[in-house]
Amino acid sequence: MALLETRGLTAFYGDFQALFGVDIALDEGETVAVIGANGAGKSTLLRSISGLIRNVPGQIRFDGREIGGLAAPDVLQLGIAMVPEGRRLFPSLSVEENLLIGRYGRVGNGAWSLDAIYDLFPVLKERRHQPGTALSGGQQQMVAIGRGLMSNPRVLLCDEVSLGLAPVVVRDIYAAFPKIRATGASIVIIEQDIGQALKVADRVYCMMEGRVTLSGTPATLSREDIHAAYFGAHAR
Amino acid sequence: MNWIDTIIQGILLGGLYALFAAGLALVFGIMRLVNLAHGDLIVLAAFLILLLVSALGLNPFIATAAALPVMFVLGWAMQFLVLNRTLGNDILPPLLVTFGLSVVIQNGLLEGFSADSRRISAGALETASLQIGPISIGTMPLLTFLSAVGVIVALNLIFYRTSLGRAFRATSDDSATAGLMGIRAERIFATATGLAMMVVTIAALYLGTRANFDPTMGPARLIYAFEAVIIGGLGSFWGTLAGGIIIGVAQTVGATINPEWQILAGHIAFLLVLLVRPRGLFPRAVD
Ligand SMILES: Nc1ncnc2c1ncn2[C@@H]1O[C@H](COP(=O)(O)OP(=O)(O)OP(=O)(O)O)[C@@H](O)[C@H]1O
Ligand SMILES: [Mg+2]
Repeated sequence: MALLETRGLTAFYGDFQALFGVDIALDEGETVAVIGANGAGKSTLLRSISGLIRNVPGQIRFDGREIGGLAAPDVLQLGIAMVPEGRRLFPSLSVEENLLIGRYGRVGNGAWSLDAIYDLFPVLKERRHQPGTALSGGQQQMVAIGRGLMSNPRVLLCDEVSLGLAPVVVRDIYAAFPKIRATGASIVIIEQDIGQALKVADRVYCMMEGRVTLSGTPATLSREDIHAAYFGAHAR
Repeated sequence: MNWIDTIIQGILLGGLYALFAAGLALVFGIMRLVNLAHGDLIVLAAFLILLLVSALGLNPFIATAAALPVMFVLGWAMQFLVLNRTLGNDILPPLLVTFGLSVVIQNGLLEGFSADSRRISAGALETASLQIGPISIGTMPLLTFLSAVGVIVALNLIFYRTSLGRAFRATSDDSATAGLMGIRAERIFATATGLAMMVVTIAALYLGTRANFDPTMGPARLIYAFEAVIIGGLGSFWGTLAGGIIIGVAQTVGATINPEWQILAGHIAFLLVLLVRPRGLFPRAVD
């Protein structure tokens, strides 16, 4: 059985329906990428899992439990941490405080501590007393990832960690993922850059207009299939 | 010498106003909630201390220590059960509900304690004073001021040195993202109001020992608290002390010139500071 899965997941913003029956699964230790165009519903999927949006309880299962109806702090306590879209560092907190607050609701047992995060991203140690928002975009993203890891999560949800960053910076950030995987964490990555997604993931889901349109391992997916699933059949 | 004396009295009075204001600043800073019942809660705490002093024969300082946890629980419950439900994008519901609370507290106190004015007796301390050269400083006013400094130091330690303080600031910045960190905003808000009620209790001790109080005098204390908070600018608790001192000094100086000018001078000082520094002396960096 999968560690984390959604079954026929639907999600709404008021009357507006953003997800129409999404099925995805994540196995223990696996890294899964979700790709799709703007507005496809990728962030809505992660917000649903993390508890920022409440859903039908049985539509999201984690480790055998129904978690679709839980609030964000409860989901974190079970071991699912989120690196939100746009990083969302706390402006009133220093870099180190932003990291420390990542373990407010859960310490977990695992490899991640302040020192381990500073080993992963050494530049953060030098800047640890500065406000989080004084850092460059790439460094802020490192803080956001570190903050998510501080709770030693079983599942790390990452929403567009490469958004708005220069290619060299994106490379630095993705260089951290093998080390994160090595600690045993399972990862869901949302990525607009298809090449990057195929490189890092064991499996890929493609979403369009609130539905999964394609899934498979990077080796089995052809460029054409992905293109069609990404932009719709008419692009074929 | 007379002037120095007047200014020192004003600074010490500012300590009392800072105590009125610190709880208000704490709550507003974290959850943008303006509690119109703040002054009445100070009076409520003063009656609680009075009750403990008169019924159990406790020393007022011991009675205050006993009232602290009671008021914390009261504040926690008031926030968790009532005020949290009023928070949202609309600023009107908290104003209406806390205004209602203010009326309820005043009438409850009138019912329970009558309209008579009361006083908490601090015994010999009331008349004790310290002679420093030619200047004589009342022991109670000095204790009031030192308590204000102590409260502000303690609030700063909590805010900037503890995990709870980080959670306060993070929730204030972005409560949804704070939820992703496992922070439950409802409990953080309740804890903040509980803390504010502990500050209110300390303020109540000095309010009640300094002069007579009665169930209807809360709103007037609220105004001084507001003025101190706004002059301070919400960027730092020390700003609140500075705000309190400005109002205190203006009042004692005003009163020296003409006793009728005491209250007015405080309000004028408030307006003058706002004219020069519309965002207060220590504005918040992020807003
Ligand atoms: N807070 C909101 N209120 C109303 N509608 C929303 C809200 N957030 C997203 N939507 C809508 O839900 C749909 C899915 O949005 P979502 O943010 O999940 O897309 P996405 O795949 O993450 O896109 P992007 O790549 O731009 O981040 C879009 O049509 C969007 O307009
Ligand atoms: Mg998105």
